[in-house]
This record gives sequence, structure tokens and C-alpha cells, in this order.
Amino acid sequence: MKIHEYQAKEILRRYGVPVPSGEMATTIEEADKAAKQLFSEGNAVVVVKAQIHAGGRGKGGGVKLAKTIEDADAHSKAILGMQLVTHQTGPAGQKVQRLLIEQGSAIERELYLGLVLDRASGKVVFMASQHGGMDIEEVAHNTPDEIFKEYCDPGIGLQAYQARKLAFKLGLAKEQIGDAVKFMFGLYKAFIDTDSTLMEINPFITTKDGKLLALDCKINFDDNAMFRHKDLKELRDIAEEDPLEVEASKYALNYIKLDGSIACMVNGAGLAMATMDIIEYAGGKAANFLDVGGGANQEQIENAFGILLSDPNVKAIFINIFGGILRVDVLATAVVAAARKLNVTLPIILRLEGTNVEEGRQIIADSGLKVQIGATMKEAADLAVAAAKG
Amino acid sequence: MSVLVGKDTRLIVQGITGREGSFHAKGCAEYAKQFGVDLVVGGVTPGKGGTTHEGWPVFNTVEEARKATGANATMIFVPPPAAADGILEAVDAGIELIVCITEGIPVLDMVKAFPLVKKSGSTLIGPNCPGVISPGKAKIGIMPGRIHKEGSVGIVSKSGTLTYEAVYQLTQRGIGQSTAIGIGGDPIIGTTHIDALKLLNEDPDTEAIIMIGEIGGSAEEAAAEYIKAHVKKPVVGFIAGQTAPPGRRMGHAGAIISGGEGTAASKMAAMEAAGITVVKSPAEIGDAMAKLLGRD
Repeated sequence: MKIHEYQAKEILRRYGVPVPSGEMATTIEEADKAAKQLFSEGNAVVVVKAQIHAGGRGKGGGVKLAKTIEDADAHSKAILGMQLVTHQTGPAGQKVQRLLIEQGSAIERELYLGLVLDRASGKVVFMASQHGGMDIEEVAHNTPDEIFKEYCDPGIGLQAYQARKLAFKLGLAKEQIGDAVKFMFGLYKAFIDTDSTLMEINPFITTKDGKLLALDCKINFDDNAMFRHKDLKELRDIAEEDPLEVEASKYALNYIKLDGSIACMVNGAGLAMATMDIIEYAGGKAANFLDVGGGANQEQIENAFGILLSDPNVKAIFINIFGGILRVDVLATAVVAAARKLNVTLPIILRLEGTNVEEGRQIIADSGLKVQIGATMKEAADLAVAAAKG
Repeated sequence: MSVLVGKDTRLIVQGITGREGSFHAKGCAEYAKQFGVDLVVGGVTPGKGGTTHEGWPVFNTVEEARKATGANATMIFVPPPAAADGILEAVDAGIELIVCITEGIPVLDMVKAFPLVKKSGSTLIGPNCPGVISPGKAKIGIMPGRIHKEGSVGIVSKSGTLTYEAVYQLTQRGIGQSTAIGIGGDPIIGTTHIDALKLLNEDPDTEAIIMIGEIGGSAEEAAAEYIKAHVKKPVVGFIAGQTAPPGRRMGHAGAIISGGEGTAASKMAAMEAAGITVVKSPAEIGDAMAKLLGRD
């Protein structure tokens, strides 16, 4: 689960990690009021920052500095409601519905701090780099030696010597080391307490008067752990998510919208990915990833159909089921009922295999539905691509 | 022959009185029974010790179950919030093989449990996996037994239904399997591709290997290195998610391309460089293996 920058900074504040003061605004009035307040507190610069769940906001024109209230007002008006396009949003961009109005900082150095789960070691790794303020993935690719790493033992957690090592490698002044260690401990505790899978401070800055600040913050939570974080769950902003994916998540369907024309309904994540792949090799493009899981019943199949059909790009539906636990006859009955109920007119291509497959095929044959059956995955993919091309 | 699971396996089920646990305990017992193996010896549900379930004795703790039944393997269906604890309980009781089917365990729970599992003598398969089957002997897991055929191809895979697909393609071509190991799709798993490959490589009756991976992480690249250095048996490989967009989690918690790492292209290139026969389409797995074995 992703959250906004202003929400992430609120969490950091609770863990004693210094962040610039600021207010979230959803209207121009709120934005102006927050800017006025910051100027009246003696800040020379106020920053207007678009709040969307994607990186690269600055380059896309979603972050602006203001020296007067009038400037701040103009920036807020320009950014709030804009369709912000970044390298992470896709060409359509993401509508800006929230702003963060924040005090400007006198930046001396831009550094990087990050916490992430390292799969190979099974540990949380603390990363630091002197190359802050830029795409850390580029740094990792071009100069991997300039990202310093400390692996945290899950039993005892981050140790002071590890934080010190990172602080010195960042080239901080000796009077800043103590603050940096405290800063990193705050981050580590926040990461563990909130079941995060990613926490990035980019940039982590030193100011001209020697202070340390988290100028930006990105946090992702572990979806699997949200059952023990009712408060964090409320931070979800569904306006930032694809409406069809939000709908699918209500029915516990694992759906990701893609931009092709062949809708897929598959059981199992691996087979669902492989189905997308085989469609591409057959010359088509999948409209989505959809894993209906092993326990799909008629209601779920109906809901899945509903979601697939509400994507206007869809020209054909490819159902690929390997019945293990999920029996093919049960699935076939559900498909027939759902297709009738929803009056599906798009071509349906079925590939059924596994438990009770003969009964399943018979049910489809007897239904009178216009359904094509592919004997193998490849044949079915070819049929689906042909059908989508009409 | 086979690895991990065989005629000597004596299985308990943690969460045997739950819907899934009960259903699959029966599935495993029935599969093994066809081959004269009395596989399931009991189950564990805290608070239901002393009762029986479907004729099997139920115990409060894994330790009690082990002492009373002599079990050497466990299959875990404990719900996600308590599943890592269930794994550690099995480790503590000295169960040799722990197969954790549970999907959706918080990753930091596994981070904590992982070093304790590694330090122990137990082998953990999963979590979030379909389990292990040695066709013609026994299975621990949720896979449909009937699509399998006893033979000499070993399979290691992150994905459940995609493993069934590969197995089915082999069986249809008359090619049997020694052991199919579903290692699971989570970021932290007990048995990695390399661990499973090592077992299959050392198994005298496994003649060839199918390795199925998916996007995310770098375990497939590491496995390819291992194969290059140690495996002389023919290997067919497939990576799911060749067309998946970066930054999106494709169902499995581990299946995500992030920071340019974990792409299908990099995995497939590493596998090809290791001499693995990599197929682009999942429909070609069976044919590729048949060809390698000279049975096409």
C-alpha cells in the first residue's frame, strides 16, 4: 500500500525524525491559509508540492517555490487539479487532488537514506548515499559502490555502530553524527512498527545552519500486515488508484489493469502472468492481469466478468483455467451463468484443463453460448488474438 | 527415487480442523494411500487436543504431536497472522520437513523467523506455496495428484498452477516426474531455487530438471549461476511475467519488477548463458523437455 508524502512525514514526525513544517491542502483557500501562516512565521520561501502516488513530481512541474503569498497562490492554482505527468504515471498523468504547503529549506547538501527488504539475505537493509535528490535507481546502476549498505539483524535491530558507519560515509560533520544516528534510529523504528516494505528519504538534506531534515519521504506498507494496522489502513487514498482495481479489491480479486484488448481471467498468479506472455507471443496484448484464485465461485466469476467488461478497450475475453482445487465443471457452470446474467456479447475463448474437464466442456457445449474452446494454451491464445482483431 | 517426500514421510497437519487444512489432509492421505503409504498421522489445533478429526488424533502442540506419532513432516494451514509462529513451533519440535501453504504472511514476520529456520536442522518449503509431490509415492500440498505420473523429471517452481501446467504437458507426452517442488511466490522463502536444484541434482533418479521462475528479485539469476557451475543434467527453464509492467505487484508478493531488478529479460539471459534451454512460451515447456530427453 502506498501513501502520500504528507502522510509519510506525519509518521516520521511521530518517530522524532525532523521534517519541514507544512500543511496538506485540498482547496486553494486551505493552500493560501497555510502559505500565509508559513510566511508569517518568518519563512522566506514556501514550497507548493503536488501530492500524488508517483515519483518525478518536480520534473513534471508539480513542485514550485514561492517567495510571496501571491506566488504561492498562483502555484497552488496551477498545480491543484492539474494532470501531472511523470515517468511513473504513464502518458495520461495523475490528477492532483492534494497539495502539501511546506516551509522552504536552505539546502546545503542533498543525500539519500533508504530502508528496504533485501530478499537475498532475508534482512532489512539500511542504505545511504551522497547522491541524494536524484533517481537512486540510476545511482545503483551507474555507481553501485556509492550506495552504502548496512544489514539489520532482525533479532537486535539496527545498531548504533551501523548508523555511525553510514553517517561518516555520508561525509557528515562530526557534530552532525549524533543527530544522524538519532535520525536513522527513528526511521528504523518507524519502518518496523508500521510493517513497511520501503522507506525512502530522498533527499535527506543538511541545511546551511547544520541541521538534518527529511525533505521528501516515500513509504510503502506491506499489504499482508495491514490487518494489524487499522490506523494505517485509513491512510489509503483510493482516488490515486485505478477505479477498476479498487472495485476488484472489494471482491478479493487480484486485478491489474493493462492497456491491451484481450481480457484475461486465470487461476493462479504464475499462470496469469504466463497467459499475458503467451497472448503477446500470439500477436495480441492483454487488457489486464486477473487471478481469480483457487476458490472462485459463481459470485466471484460474475464480479470478475463485470470488471473485465467495464474496460472499454476489451474486445475479447480469454479464460484460462487449470483446475486443481478449483473444479472445471464448477467453473464452467459459473461462466455460463455469469455470461447469461450479464448478457456478454464479446467473444469468449476458453481453455480448460484439469479436474472434471470433460464435464466442464460438456456444460459449455450444452449452454448454447458462443464460446470457442482452445485445446491447448497456445491454440486458445491464437483464437483470442484473432477474435480481438475481429 | 525422489526428494523431500517419499514412502517414509509421516505427516501432521497444523490447522487440521480448519476448512482448508481438513480438505487437503484428506487429499494428501488419499493420494498416498493409492501407493500403499499411510501418510497422515495426525494434526494440531491449539485447544482441540485429545479430540479426533476425520479419524486422526488432534494435539494441542506440535511437540505433543511429534512425540505421539513420530511425525517427520508437517503441512501448515495456519491463518497468516499466526503462520510464522506455526513455522517456529514446528522448528522447535524438530520436524524435519515443514511445508507452509499459508498465503499472506506479513514479510517482517518471516524476516524474524527466517534466521531461526536456517539455524535449525529443519527444511522449510514455502510459505505461499503449493507444496511438494513425489508422484507414485506421496504428496504434501494442494496440487491435484492425478495429473502427475511417476518418472524422472524434477521440477522446481515459484508458481502453483504454472507447475500443474508443466506437469500436465509432461504427463501428456508420457514423461513422468520424480519430484515437483513448489517453492512459493513470497519475497522470503525457506527453500530457494538453488536449494531445490541441489536436491534434484543429487537425486540419482532425477534425469532432467524444469525450472520455472517469475519476475522479481534475483533468485533465478543466482540459480542460473549454480546450474552453470554444478548441474550436468539437462534443464528447461521458463520465466513468467515477460510482459508485466514495472512497479506492479503481479499477484505474488514477490512478483514485482523494482529498480530495474527482477526483469524477465535479465533472468532469461542469465539462464541461457548457463546452458539452460529457455522457452519463451509456457506452452513449449513439455515439448522442450521431450526434445532434450530424445522423446519427441
